[in-house]
Amino acid sequence: MFYGTELKNRLLLGTAQYPSPDILRAAIAASGTEVITVSLRREGAGGAGFRDILKDSGCRILPNTAGCHSAREAVTTAQMASEVFGTNWIKLEVIGHADTLQPDPFALVEAARILCADGFEVFPYTTEDLILGEKLIEAGCRVLMPWGAPIGSGQGLRNIEGLKSMRAHFPDVPLVIDAGIGAPSQAAQAMEMGFDAILLNTAVAKALDPVAMAEAFSRAVDAGRQAYDAGLMPRRDMAEASTPVFGMAELLA
Amino acid sequence: MRIELNGQSVETSVPTLAALITEQNYEARSVASAVDGQFVPRDAREGVNLTAGMKIELLSPMQGG
Repeated sequence: MFYGTELKNRLLLGTAQYPSPDILRAAIAASGTEVITVSLRREGAGGAGFRDILKDSGCRILPNTAGCHSAREAVTTAQMASEVFGTNWIKLEVIGHADTLQPDPFALVEAARILCADGFEVFPYTTEDLILGEKLIEAGCRVLMPWGAPIGSGQGLRNIEGLKSMRAHFPDVPLVIDAGIGAPSQAAQAMEMGFDAILLNTAVAKALDPVAMAEAFSRAVDAGRQAYDAGLMPRRDMAEASTPVFGMAELLA
Repeated sequence: MRIELNGQSVETSVPTLAALITEQNYEARSVASAVDGQFVPRDAREGVNLTAGMKIELLSPMQGG
C-alpha cells in the first residue's frame, strides 16, 4: 500500500494535543493504528516519556515536517527526522500560509524532488489539485495525501467532487485523506469514495474521550472500506420500490 | 565564545559540536543536529568546530500530527 508496506489498519494517527501521555498511549492502542505521526522540536518536558510511548506502541513512525515554510527547511527537517527516528518515511508538509495552513505547492514539489532523489519515501500533504498531484508523482512520490479540509478544522470533505476526480485520476496511487476530518462519518465517507486511508489527529485528541473516539474512527474507517469493496448501489433521482409490485392483492372494492 | 543553541544565547568553550552536546547534557543518540540551517549527521558532529555566533539546533522527537 505505502512504498511496499502493507497495512491491515487504514487509520493513521497523529500524536499531538492529547490530554495526557497515558491517554495518548491508550488512544493509539484503541485505534488499532499501525502508523503514527510525530515531529521534531526543541526538547521540552517529557521527551523521554514520549520516546517510550513510540517504542511501546509498536507502530511505524511517520515523522512530519510540520511548520516548515520553505523547501530548504523541510528538507533539513526530513534529514534530521530520518536520523532520529531511523526511517526514510517522511510526511512532507510545506506550509504556504500560517492562517490557512494550506500547502505551498511550488515549494512542496521542490522539496519532494530533493527528498525522493535522496532516497526518502515521501508522503506529501497536498491539495486535490490534479496537476500538483502529477508533479509530485513525477518528483518520485508514490503516495499522495490530499487534505479533506484545513488542518484542525474538523470540516470533513470540503470538496467532494474534486476529491472524487482525484481518486479517478490516480487509480493506482495510494491516496490518504490527511487533515480536516472531524467526525467518524466523514472518515467513512472518504473510505466509501475509495480513498486508501485516513490520517487524523485533532478529532481524536480533542474529543471528550479520545480513547473511545479513536476506536470509533477505527470502526468507521473499516466500515467505509468494507462498503467500498462491497460496491455501493448507484444513486437515483427518483424513488424505486424495493418491495415487488408483482403479486400484490387487489383489496379495494 | 557565544553561540546560539535552540534560540538561546549560550557561552561555551568546548571546541566541537559533539562536545557541546555532551556539555549541555543532551543525549547524543536521541537528538538530531543542524548548524546554520544545515543538517549535521551524528557521525559528523566531532568534525564540526564551533565558531562564535553559530546557530545550532538540537531537536528531539515530539508529538506531531
